[in-house]
Amino acid sequence: MQAEQIEISSFLSQYRPFSQLPEAALDELARNIEITYFRAGFDILQYGDPIQDLYIVRSGAVETFRRTGELYNRLDQGGIFGQMGLMMNRRVRFAVKALEDTLLYCIPADLFNRYCDEHACFSDYFEADSGDLLRHTVSATSESSSLATVKAKSLIVRSPVCVGPETSVRDAAKVMTRERVSSLLVTQQNPNHTDGACKVLGIVTDRDLRMRALAEELPVETPLAKIMSEELVTLDSNAYVFEAMLVMLRQNLHHLPLMHKHKPVGVLALSDILQHESQSSLLFVRGIFTQMKVEDLALYARQLPAVYARMVNEGANSHMVGSAMSVIGRSFKQRLLALAEEKFGPPPVPYCFLALGSMARDEQLLVTDQDNAIVLDDRYEPALHATYFEQLASFVCDGLAACGYTYCSGDIMASNQKWRLTRTQWQTQFSDWIKSPDPQALLNSCIFFDLDGVWGELEFAETLKQFVAHESRNAPHFLANMAGNALNRTPPLGFFKGFVMEQDGRHGKSINLKRRGTAPLSDVIRVHALAVGSTAQNSFERLEDISEANLLPPDKGRELSDALEYISMVRIRHQASDVEQGHTPDNSINPDQLSSFERRNLKEAFQVLDKAQNFLKFRYHSKRPLS
Amino acid sequence: MSSNTPYKAPAVPSREGWSNYFQTSARTAADPRLKDFYQAGTLPPDTPLAQADFIAMDFETTGLDPLNDAIVSIGLVPFTLSRIRCNQATHYLVKPRRDLVSESIAIHGITHSDIEEAPDLNLILEDLLGQISGKLVVVHYRQIERHFLHQALLKRLNEGLLFPVIDTMTLEHGICRKQQNLMEKLLRSPLPSLRLPDIRERYGLPRYHLHHAMTDALATAELLQAQIAHAFDPQQKVKEFWE
Repeated sequence: MQAEQIEISSFLSQYRPFSQLPEAALDELARNIEITYFRAGFDILQYGDPIQDLYIVRSGAVETFRRTGELYNRLDQGGIFGQMGLMMNRRVRFAVKALEDTLLYCIPADLFNRYCDEHACFSDYFEADSGDLLRHTVSATSESSSLATVKAKSLIVRSPVCVGPETSVRDAAKVMTRERVSSLLVTQQNPNHTDGACKVLGIVTDRDLRMRALAEELPVETPLAKIMSEELVTLDSNAYVFEAMLVMLRQNLHHLPLMHKHKPVGVLALSDILQHESQSSLLFVRGIFTQMKVEDLALYARQLPAVYARMVNEGANSHMVGSAMSVIGRSFKQRLLALAEEKFGPPPVPYCFLALGSMARDEQLLVTDQDNAIVLDDRYEPALHATYFEQLASFVCDGLAACGYTYCSGDIMASNQKWRLTRTQWQTQFSDWIKSPDPQALLNSCIFFDLDGVWGELEFAETLKQFVAHESRNAPHFLANMAGNALNRTPPLGFFKGFVMEQDGRHGKSINLKRRGTAPLSDVIRVHALAVGSTAQNSFERLEDISEANLLPPDKGRELSDALEYISMVRIRHQASDVEQGHTPDNSINPDQLSSFERRNLKEAFQVLDKAQNFLKFRYHSKRPLS
Repeated sequence: MSSNTPYKAPAVPSREGWSNYFQTSARTAADPRLKDFYQAGTLPPDTPLAQADFIAMDFETTGLDPLNDAIVSIGLVPFTLSRIRCNQATHYLVKPRRDLVSESIAIHGITHSDIEEAPDLNLILEDLLGQISGKLVVVHYRQIERHFLHQALLKRLNEGLLFPVIDTMTLEHGICRKQQNLMEKLLRSPLPSLRLPDIRERYGLPRYHLHHAMTDALATAELLQAQIAHAFDPQQKVKEFWE
């Protein structure tokens, strides 16, 4: 007589694929579970050992490792491992180690196989490829992620443009311009093959032309072989968009060649994915430009939280969400400026409307205030033109406020005449900040160091970016001051102490993920970016420049980017879930809402920030004490 | 039915005395089922923990007094240090000789009609002994399982039943004492809670809805795995642990 295992079946019923089993099948499974306990730090499975069970984490957490010893995944309560080994050759494919004291449920292999035969939900879940596993973790809230069902090759709009390695940089630029592509594959025709099969030697992108040829002042005759990226990362054309996205994010690639039977069939650009992913947000953007009045625009803006939540649920990463939200914010500004110019007439002198802060960095999320400014042509004369620009700026700032972008508490807005300056005045202003830095003044103005033009003479903004990058690069005193300011907001590490131990403890407090996480991380990254003279504004792009300048060892740059991505994603998901539950989204998170898994990752991310701040102290130390 | 003489605990052999006790009892036991059980003997005392076959046992009872309260359910879960095998687990409902006390019904989630259809302990005894024979019984707080079974058999067969058990509560007491520093020992600082759910929490084991014999037996089996993983060497011998 077999006893019922209510405790086990009710646990399993909370997790896929068990939740989809018929009740009788679930009970039978529960009655046949085997249980085993591992102390933290102990090996559970070792690579290559025979494997007899499927494992489910009942409590605690485990880490799985690739054969190379690289961390593959972390699983906590409800996490499943061992399926790869069971389905391949009954050998362990990923070594597993207990990260915490862990209780595991085991399903014997024969039972596992029988369930795969008898229950479609079971086989569907397990027989998908390995990328799938992570997918289930990443987008657990969405049953049908478009990223996971659409093949990467469907985003390819044209066959790849291939050239030989001897092609000159000049010719390459010409081909790229003519073909309107942002990358070229460098290939070698194989004389033994007549079917067009060729060997891909490398890839050259817009960026490579800029950074490796132009910036290095190489002659235009230089063959591509000298500047191309070799050791190409490619993906099978049958991969899903999601996998392509993961590969690109992991390897920090903007271009990914897709291969079919050793032949390149196309190059996927990150922007292709972004475009695919934000179709719903692109539609929303189109709608912005059709609104004829500020009131209509304000009404329309109420849909924004829903657009945001949908994007998050579709599995977008923080870069995608941040860029899409920035595009949307920019579009609101552009629409308002167009309406303003209709109302007040064309501008008397050319100008450029600037976005500052997170929008300029392409890192805007839901809860955000407006930070903006205006760059005026040097022909500007206050007596003649001040009224026009004051009216225009107030119209835009009030309109933005009506659309949910609250007024900036520090009054860093174009409606403040202090921040409507001519090009020369702006250069003087930046020179002041950079050459004779005053910590307090800098604290209020660091937001100006993330700037982007959204309307008007965009070139004004570009010139200003170049100027700032050039001036700040060799200004140790300024960098030291910026570094000092970047240390003001510390990660909430103390908060996490003993987190694992006090699982039932009450935490009355909450963590502001922006103020204590993403904002100080961007601060740190900004200082390094200024130090290497980068004109990039986006934190991830800045990190690339920083790594390329060898200011940080590659793994440190990678760590910072992972930490930023992780904290941003927690913040993003938290906001999305607030929206879905009808709450007002904010940036604060109550640790009780986090799983122990999220807490651990968050803690690790905060530790990266802590280390980065320490490094900053040491790196930009100047005569002035930084504390 | 109720008795006025207070319950007197049976004399239990020392750690080393269990083999002898089984040999003697195999001769003196009158009931053939008990005779067979004793004849099968204990686990060899020198068996390392890593090779021992354990069986976790838990009773739900109508109260705490072995004389006036009765067993209503029994959960058994066989296991080794590496695996707890749920498919060999057993749950018995047994009909107590006295009326169920109404308050206890809420605790166990067992109703009168469940109990009405259940057999008397005497009818499942052979099966029960068959399950635990040759295995080392593991309980949490041995006073309940040991004394209730002994007393229930005394009433029915006029002879009791004793066998060695590992008590996870006693083990935990020892572990906590060892972890106290000298100062705490001198000051006789109180030990942490020895309630099953509290101990389990310290080992990172999940919170179960306790007070079901099956679940409690499972919870006890998991706890012993955890305790040995943390505080003992799997090569230590069972005779160091049973009592």
